[in-house]
Amino acid sequence: MAEEEVKLFGTWASPVSRRIEVALKLKGVQYEYIEEDLTNKSPALLNYNPVNKQIPVLVHNGKPVAESLVIIEYIDETWKHNPILPADPYERAMARFWAKYIDEKFWPAAMKIVVAKGEEQKGEIDEIQQQMKNLEGELKEKKFFGGESLGFLDIAANIIIWLVVAQEALGMDQILNEEKLPVLYGWLQRLLDDAVIKECVPPKDRHLDLCKVKFGSSIASK
Amino acid sequence: MVIAAVEMAEEIILLDFWPSMFGMKVRIALTEKGLKYERREENLLNKSPLLLEMNPIHKKVPVLIHNGKPICESQIIVQYIDEVWKDKSPLLPSDPYERAKARFWADYIDKKVWERLHLLGGKLWRTKGEEQEAGKKEYIEYLKLLEEELGDKPYFGGENFGFVDLTLMPYFSWLHVFEIATKFSIEVECPKLITWSKRCMERESVSTSLPDHQKLYGFFLQLKKWHGIE
Repeated sequence: MAEEEVKLFGTWASPVSRRIEVALKLKGVQYEYIEEDLTNKSPALLNYNPVNKQIPVLVHNGKPVAESLVIIEYIDETWKHNPILPADPYERAMARFWAKYIDEKFWPAAMKIVVAKGEEQKGEIDEIQQQMKNLEGELKEKKFFGGESLGFLDIAANIIIWLVVAQEALGMDQILNEEKLPVLYGWLQRLLDDAVIKECVPPKDRHLDLCKVKFGSSIASK
Repeated sequence: MVIAAVEMAEEIILLDFWPSMFGMKVRIALTEKGLKYERREENLLNKSPLLLEMNPIHKKVPVLIHNGKPICESQIIVQYIDEVWKDKSPLLPSDPYERAKARFWADYIDKKVWERLHLLGGKLWRTKGEEQEAGKKEYIEYLKLLEEELGDKPYFGGENFGFVDLTLMPYFSWLHVFEIATKFSIEVECPKLITWSKRCMERESVSTSLPDHQKLYGFFLQLKKWHGIE
């Protein structure tokens, strides 16, 4: 087998960066991780992703791939064992649809929750709860969105962990609770318990501290 | 004696809105594959029960309904079409790295170019003079980046028309509208893109999927009226 050189440019607290680590670990791919300082981006990063200048960037034998969901599909197509996306085209379309939903609808709403106050915050909370109900509809009785093991949508939905931590840091009541969203709550517990996921979340204390610093000003309203 | 498997009659319905850039993409993809489909025009001010049933989350077009099962989001629909009808006219390259590049650029076009076009549209309606000029300049910057990516290739994917080409072409029909509206032309700034767009228009899938320029311009004028802008 040819020498594989795999590098990942990322940051420790970024969910999209951590997604790539999950995908690589699920495939058992050895990689070199490079921590980027986003306030002082490396020439290498700017060279590999001149268009968006963002992390994560995967560099495979010198060739860069950017955008987390694009990278995950690349990983899945290059290392074909332990498939991440389902084989059936319709199931693949569903996985892609919900992953896009998470990135384009859920994440912006989650960002708003931690900075909004009062009525606006309440509105955003209702919105997220509805979104989570929609996700429950997709999960149904399955252990993970991918079935018995982690799949594309489980990896994309890692962002939910970030919202949970942010809410904890701000002393907010958890939106994703067992009473209101039992199905998704169960999934989250299984996700947090998964061996690969555990290796790919920021260290809790550091993460809580970061959230307090980033979103701390909204604590005043509580 | 070999009995060929009975081919289930494929039922393909596209819920669409004729000026929609996203709908145009799907039309091009279906035609490239030589697929017969039924196009149903939606009135976005009075959405059909079928649309609301098939896309309850976003309630938007386009929606592809294949043998009763809905697929939403144009980029996802096009990939689905490519994967189901994989034996003819591949829309995505076969190499994973080239596929990743195609997906990256299609995503970029849908997000950044769409965003800019939208803003430009708004600016064209509401602004004049310097602000409008600034809007145009920004837009040209994005197009120049795409032109750089195209380089001297006949299509974004290389020798063959594909995913990125069919993602960008629909924006060109709207770009044409803005060019008429503001008397600005990208021909000088992006000659390669103009040549590329003309090459794409020679394909039946593209010419039959994009609306007539005059009709689209008429629609644009109508939109302006609805928004109360002269």
